[in-house]
Amino acid sequence: MAVTSSNRARLSFPTDEQILIEREFAAPRHLVFQAFTTPELVKRWWHANRGEVTLVEIDLRVGGRYRYAMIACGGPEVAFHGEYREIVPDERIVTTEFYEGAPDGWSEDDATTLNTTTFGETAAGTMLAILIEANSKMARDAIIASGMEDGLQDALDLLEQLAASLR
Amino acid sequence: MIRLMARAATTTDAFNAVAEPRRRDILDALADGERGVNELVALLGLAQPQVSKHLRVLREVGAVEVRDAGRQRLYRLNGDALKPIHDWISNYESLWSDRFEQLDLVLEELKLKGAGDGSDE
Repeated sequence: MAVTSSNRARLSFPTDEQILIEREFAAPRHLVFQAFTTPELVKRWWHANRGEVTLVEIDLRVGGRYRYAMIACGGPEVAFHGEYREIVPDERIVTTEFYEGAPDGWSEDDATTLNTTTFGETAAGTMLAILIEANSKMARDAIIASGMEDGLQDALDLLEQLAASLR
Repeated sequence: MIRLMARAATTTDAFNAVAEPRRRDILDALADGERGVNELVALLGLAQPQVSKHLRVLREVGAVEVRDAGRQRLYRLNGDALKPIHDWISNYESLWSDRFEQLDLVLEELKLKGAGDGSDE
């Protein structure tokens, strides 16, 4: 059976307001959980090679808050914060997530999602699933499109560097 | 007929057509050029009826077009309609894929550390 060559994240859209991200990891789930909940470790992967994570604060208890901030190649700092709603060690985390850079006119609800991260045990290690629930299709689509802006910005930045190097 | 259906398709239909991961795989496979169903079956490792079903949905929203070439039917991308949607979904997917590749590195290190603390060799 043909297997997709790379181990890419699998995106799907269970409803108009949701995004589901799935990916399997070759590591036991307590380590994946640790990498998701330890600030020094989150700093090392959350940047996605698109810049630098400038801040990770995690108060890992129900009702506790977290805040992540990042500067993507030359762009402004973008930050997210939220609250832990449910924590089952090594299995499940439910948080709210508020995007601090939401456009004018967005209500707090528009800019907030409910994120459920599950760490499932598999033969190979861990199946990670992140379910992001927005309050509307518009907000959901805007989240997906935000990746596009970053991508475009990256491309423009690279082009600029290239142009500068050719001078 | 296909043109009419394509025109009737709403953005939501198009989004939903592209939202299915297997259909995005098919669009990616067609990005390099025309392919027959059997080629797609081999490339994606899916059963032929599944591939045909996905192709039908993609045709209904105008994302792919088909032509007869001898005994084969060849499918090709009709990029204009769906490419923007496909691109922004792919980009978001890349963001997470890149994030998880970094996470793989962190996990490898944690595994080594765990082994170093050493319960068994």
